[in-house]
Amino acid sequence: MSKSVCIITEFRNGDFRRVTNEVASEGRRIADALGVGLVALVLGAGVSGQAASLGKFGVEKAYVLDDPALEHYMADTFVPIAAEMISRIAPVAVLLPASVDGRDLGARLGARLHVTLLQDVIEVRVDDNKKVKAKWPLFAGKCFAWCEWAEGVPPLLSIRPNVMQCLVADENRLAEVEKIDLPVPPSRTRVVKYDLDTSGKVELTEAEVIVSGGRGMKEAANYTIIEELAGVLGAAVGASRAAVDAGWRPHSDQVGQTGKVVNPNLYVAVGISGAIQHLAGMGYSKYIVAVNKDSDAPIFSKADYGIVEDLFKFIPAFTEEVRKLKSSC
Amino acid sequence: MNIVVVIKQTPDTETVIKIAPNNRQIVTSDIKWIINPYDEFAIEGALRLKEKHGGTVTVMSYGPQRVVDALRTALAMGADDAVLIDDPAMKNADFMRVTRSLAAATREKNPDIIFMGSRTVDYDQGQRGAILAEMLGLPHIALAVSLESDGSKVVVDRPIEGGRVTIEASLPAVVTFGGSHAVWNPRYASLPGIMKAKKKPLAIRKLQDLGLDPADFSPDQARIRITSIEMPPQRKAGKIIDGGLDTEGKARELTKLLREEARVI
Ligand SMILES: Cc1cc2nc3c(=O)[nH]c(=O)nc-3n(C[C@H](O)[C@H](O)[C@H](O)COP(=O)(O)OP(=O)(O)OC[C@H]3O[C@@H](n4cnc5c(N)ncnc54)[C@H](O)[C@@H]3O)c2cc1C
Ligand SMILES: Nc1ncnc2c1ncn2[C@@H]1O[C@H](COP(=O)(O)O)[C@@H](O)[C@H]1O
Repeated sequence: MSKSVCIITEFRNGDFRRVTNEVASEGRRIADALGVGLVALVLGAGVSGQAASLGKFGVEKAYVLDDPALEHYMADTFVPIAAEMISRIAPVAVLLPASVDGRDLGARLGARLHVTLLQDVIEVRVDDNKKVKAKWPLFAGKCFAWCEWAEGVPPLLSIRPNVMQCLVADENRLAEVEKIDLPVPPSRTRVVKYDLDTSGKVELTEAEVIVSGGRGMKEAANYTIIEELAGVLGAAVGASRAAVDAGWRPHSDQVGQTGKVVNPNLYVAVGISGAIQHLAGMGYSKYIVAVNKDSDAPIFSKADYGIVEDLFKFIPAFTEEVRKLKSSC
Repeated sequence: MNIVVVIKQTPDTETVIKIAPNNRQIVTSDIKWIINPYDEFAIEGALRLKEKHGGTVTVMSYGPQRVVDALRTALAMGADDAVLIDDPAMKNADFMRVTRSLAAATREKNPDIIFMGSRTVDYDQGQRGAILAEMLGLPHIALAVSLESDGSKVVVDRPIEGGRVTIEASLPAVVTFGGSHAVWNPRYASLPGIMKAKKKPLAIRKLQDLGLDPADFSPDQARIRITSIEMPPQRKAGKIIDGGLDTEGKARELTKLLREEARVI
């Protein structure tokens, strides 16, 4: 294939993770702006059956290595193969997901190939001179920076999940598939235990809707009302640091500058005052609802819709209204 | 065990960010500086490991002289010695190069294990741990929320999207710390600790001391550069839903707005 943009896919439990579709769609847009093709690097266990389907987002060719040893991402196994393939393909830009594994793979590739990764990109522009520029959030979203790569350095960027628009899938288009003829090297790290939450819980960083509870919740048991609301909204549950420090919620629920940075369509902050460290992590949400009994709480300055009420009265009433709405359509 | 902890001094998380007139940096004049929170977790992890297995904890950083404060704080928490890489030749070096200098300084200490933060709360790149590991040819485990080591290997729990994984790596290895304050609960420096820290060794190193060529660090060698920094779009003033409604009325109104105006439910 002549010049191309290359994406690196992420595969889990028999399918590409959703962020792969976002990366492919963004890759296609960049490839079109640059007037080049789009190829994919597909490494994993059980990936061959799915690789051609990447065509639906405009991937023309998929380079595939399907091997049981690639079930879990390990730098020792993935990086040498990806680095060798990128050297062979010599793409004009490389995109991968800013997921837990993608961030590690991208950083290592950046160092090994002497290009430099930009992590956690939320917007890409190709200017009139066909130069790629990318934007990422600093200080957990208190501000943003644009950057560009030096002449002759192919941009390497990881794309934050849940931000880029997916293209409309064209199910009839298939990508050409080519097997990668490289051995899988041994790994110095191994997975001892792999516990995926099977309860269907939505991951915070990838959730469309989030309901978060703060110190105003008063105690761990009260989160049942948050969970009920989250249940009818199909939302993930988050928390402020105060709630996590109090031991009411697991640390993985913490939203903010030292927690997760989230970008849902809707963020409902319940009993959260809106400290600067919390706002940093959720300020990028499309719509923010705040429920707080203190009308002076700083969270109201960020909220699209504010409710000054006792949360213990309001949240059950709101849950009931949403339930009615959902059952009527 | 010989432990190196690589830390950065960052603006306090309370900091209100202002953009400098050149539009490419933030204003640093009135900032209160702290140890990057995740790096504090890494220091805590190192001190716990030392308490169990003995050995030394070296803290290391790249940055200007103000960073001495961060290193002294780490020494006061219980680290044994400190290294600061500070060289005018590195002004505006990109992060790949900064990490190369950290790799060189780390190599000199010949550590059994290297601890870092999983990300900084300023430039938020979350990639130097993996880069350092790559430069040193070592395994790396990111986002540690627990850590056990017997001196020959390390076992770490870490989150992954929608789950949790336990990973084992042979030593030497790089571990970058994740979690939150609730997980690591980093100790404060005690008063005797602060007194002792004043006498602990703190070496200032330049590129040439580390066997590196300053010419490789000039800004024109940078592969990536920031062209501009901008503030997020101002959120338009929101509305407080009131209108004299009772609780149920407000709930109904909010549901309606979310469905018909925002179209998010
Ligand atoms: C280094 C550092 C890192 C930090 N990182 C984070 C981070 O990542 N994430 C984070 O969230 N914080 C972080 N913080 C902490 C942050 O500064 C705040 O302390 C924290 O966000 C406060 O949590 P909160 O809003 O739940 O609690 P509070 O500030 O105590 O607010 C509770 C709110 O609940 C309201 N309330 C109480 N009862 C009711 C009721 N019955 N009905 C309705 N409303 C009610 C109150 O009016 C109040 O506004 C960090 C701090 C530091 C120093
Ligand atoms: N200037 C620096 N000096 C020392 N360590 C650093 C520096 N910058 C980043 N680090 C380390 O790299 C980690 C990740 O940083 P980053 O990839 O920049 O988000 C931090 O938590 C620190 O452990």
